[in-house]
Amino acid sequence: MAEELKMLEETVSKEYEYGFVTNIETDVINKGINEDVIHLISSKKNEPEWMLEWRLKAYYQWLKMEEPTWPNVTYPKINYQDIIYYAAPKKKPKLGSLDEVDPELLKTFDKLGISLSEQKRLSGVAVDVVMDSVSVATSFKEQLAEVGIIFCSISEAIQKHPDLVRKHIGSVVPMNDNYFSALNSAVFTDGSFCYIPKGVRCPMELSTYFRINQENSGQFERTLIIAEEGAYVSYLEGCTAPKRDANQLHAAVVELKAMAKAEIKYSTVQNWYPGDENGKGGIYNFVTKRGICMGDFSKISWTQVETGAAITWKYPSVILKGDNTIGEFYSVALTNNYQQADTGTKMIHLGKNTKSRIVSKGISAGKSQNSYRGLVRAAKGALNARNYSQCDSLLLGDKCGAHTFPYIESKNKTAIIEHEATTSKIGEDQLFYCQQRGIDAETAVALIVTGFAKEVMNQLPMEFAVEAQKLLAVSLEGSVG
Amino acid sequence: METVITSYLDKKFDELQKKDNDNKFAALRAKEFGRFQKAGIPGYKNEEWKYTFINNLFKKEYKLDTIDADRAALQKELTAMKLPGSENANELVFVDGHYAPELSSLLLDNGQLNISSLSAAANNEYKTLVEENLNQSSKYITDGLLALNSSFIEEGIFILVKKNQVIDKPIYIYHLNNAVENNLLAQPRSLIIVEESAKVQIVEHYHTIGQMDSLANEVMEIVVKENAIVEYYKIQQDSPNASQVGTTHIRQVGKSFVHTVTISLNGGIIRNNINIIMEEAGNEAHMYGLYLIKENTHVDNHTLVDNTKPNCFSNEFYKGIIDGHATGVFSGKIYVRPDAQKTNAYQSNKNILLSDTATVNTKPQLEIYADDVKCSHGCTVGQLDPEALFYLRTRGIGLQDAQAMLLQAFSSDILEQIKIEPLRKYVDTIVTGRLLPQEPAMAL
Repeated sequence: MAEELKMLEETVSKEYEYGFVTNIETDVINKGINEDVIHLISSKKNEPEWMLEWRLKAYYQWLKMEEPTWPNVTYPKINYQDIIYYAAPKKKPKLGSLDEVDPELLKTFDKLGISLSEQKRLSGVAVDVVMDSVSVATSFKEQLAEVGIIFCSISEAIQKHPDLVRKHIGSVVPMNDNYFSALNSAVFTDGSFCYIPKGVRCPMELSTYFRINQENSGQFERTLIIAEEGAYVSYLEGCTAPKRDANQLHAAVVELKAMAKAEIKYSTVQNWYPGDENGKGGIYNFVTKRGICMGDFSKISWTQVETGAAITWKYPSVILKGDNTIGEFYSVALTNNYQQADTGTKMIHLGKNTKSRIVSKGISAGKSQNSYRGLVRAAKGALNARNYSQCDSLLLGDKCGAHTFPYIESKNKTAIIEHEATTSKIGEDQLFYCQQRGIDAETAVALIVTGFAKEVMNQLPMEFAVEAQKLLAVSLEGSVG
Repeated sequence: METVITSYLDKKFDELQKKDNDNKFAALRAKEFGRFQKAGIPGYKNEEWKYTFINNLFKKEYKLDTIDADRAALQKELTAMKLPGSENANELVFVDGHYAPELSSLLLDNGQLNISSLSAAANNEYKTLVEENLNQSSKYITDGLLALNSSFIEEGIFILVKKNQVIDKPIYIYHLNNAVENNLLAQPRSLIIVEESAKVQIVEHYHTIGQMDSLANEVMEIVVKENAIVEYYKIQQDSPNASQVGTTHIRQVGKSFVHTVTISLNGGIIRNNINIIMEEAGNEAHMYGLYLIKENTHVDNHTLVDNTKPNCFSNEFYKGIIDGHATGVFSGKIYVRPDAQKTNAYQSNKNILLSDTATVNTKPQLEIYADDVKCSHGCTVGQLDPEALFYLRTRGIGLQDAQAMLLQAFSSDILEQIKIEPLRKYVDTIVTGRLLPQEPAMAL
């Protein structure tokens, strides 16, 4: 309690904590998107011919597509010619270890609270850092390589493991899946690649940190995780960006593939710059995340804590293709001020005895809008499919909105699907109970919200649960009273 | 792929406009036809029509005008379709979507109830009432089908339930559609105004004659004033070639009570739009529905409760039993506007699938812009509880009988909401007959 109080006091006058800009020399190309830009990106990354062709194919498909308008969010039209599609910290000669990393960059990550070197020593978490869409440092590579795990930036993977990348990229999220995935496929500049060989249990948490630094740039990263038979991996991503008045676009694609008996746990703590209290600036977070349980008895679990971004538009999904597979989705989405979030999941049951569980907690404060949109589909062959969904919304203030749009489609008489949702505000009696015991209103709200979100927080890896909890309280700052 | 055919409607529309150009509705029709041409027939990409491919029905031409059929034959069909309790009810008849006063019969005098054709009401002392209240539903439904109905408003029914009148004899509205020789597009239209402290029960029933396809594109608008009570029942037990898009738009303009029950048992593609607009504080509405469907029937219950003022209560409960190749769709939306504090709104949808080829798509939605509310929704899709079945079977009840008992219990929640006793018994008998195995069930 005392710690939380202190933290709240600290942040009273604080706005977005990670809103600084790092003065790092960056390699930037001109604004706009066209064929030449894609050629340029591809050549800058020294990519093989097939990758360039793939990008161009995606680009032509993208040209034919229309920007979706169905999410429950509003924003001015994005000018895709006004975005820088490639911005990279100036490449030094290849680095052997972290000590050789640009000190400015290390300072940046120190400020973010992820001091690479410290993390390396203390928490035993392997980190891949992506700044302005280019991977700048990956730690713990050697240790992971000993057990056969490949964990590197996707550009590196394209160079070193082209067969693996070529086989799996776009196999879960096809390039023409949606408008933003097509855009991403055309212009993605980096991201993480992770391959866990058969029977290997990844000895540590893997983590990626994304940061947009360059003004007017968009971040288009691509993550691909493959867990072979019987493998296990827990993966965490975090994101921040500097404060800027203009909106910036983040359109990522994440693909997960779990073979038989494999398990992938993917956690996100998303804290992009949400814009100021008047709704100016902030990141548009339009992300396509999808996992497929290919083999029998595999499991994919998504956990997300969404507190940042001006607009969030994402639906981490699981395709339960193998028999006896499990999909999970745990989400806390908190919106404040003028933030808008339209997020949820899709659980596509194809195999027999497949199970899925959805727990979504939405918290809206200020003038924000928070929507849950989820699909549960039981196909004809999904014998004994089982789903349970629970969506709770908490409203703090009378100018915000909380919405629930579940879609349930069943073509199977043996499938059992349940969905329930509630919307309410913090109970006067709960607040009164806390205040009566000397806890002031703001702390009481933080306490109640923490309790509300606990079911999801418990799913986060230990190292990040604390961080996420603090984030929740900070994001709520000023919403009470 | 065949495309949607609507061009013949242009000609029909011009004919109608020429026929009575000085008609009160000419301007409204022209405006709405413009809207129709712009919006067209909704396709599957329209979010409101995601699960019901209504454009499949518009790949053929329909006849719009009523045929001068043999009155005696019509009378015979009408007698055959009558619901129990008819002798004690006010009966209104639509033939091919046009109001047929000569077939209708009223038990009440004008002091309690005024019933006339819409066009008559638009020209007499109720002119302003009609002007103010007709076509308010277009503010909510922007798709082409509602506009299509409004483009062809001609006669229709106007009902005014006068102040303080408790109408104890329900109003039965029969829709008789003649599809013997042609595909028929019937577009019934009605406007019902229930004045202060009045009470009325309305029942709608549908019957198609002939083997050609019929499509009823119906719009009913009900305005409920302070302290009034409205019960609305819809019984859909038509032939498989009869499809229907029915919009019932209920505006609670004063603190009032509304109770609706929709029973869908048979038909082609059925879409029921029920909108309840809470325009005054303290309103209460209950909406119930049962869809017991088989073969290729497709039932889509599409509901909206729009809470615009504080302290309203709504409860929505829809249940479905789906067999054969049938599809059940439920799409409910609770909309709570910023002013509508202290709203209590509940929504529940439960489905049982009985065959491997049945489909259910459900979409219960909450859109909430006020904080001091209690809203919840829940939905389930599944099968009969194996433990309940086991319990019954251990007591010597055969599997089929046990299933029938459980399904009957499942549907009884909805059936008991029908407050017109002869009607409830009638529906109950049909449902029981459908659920029980063919051999007579053992005495319970």
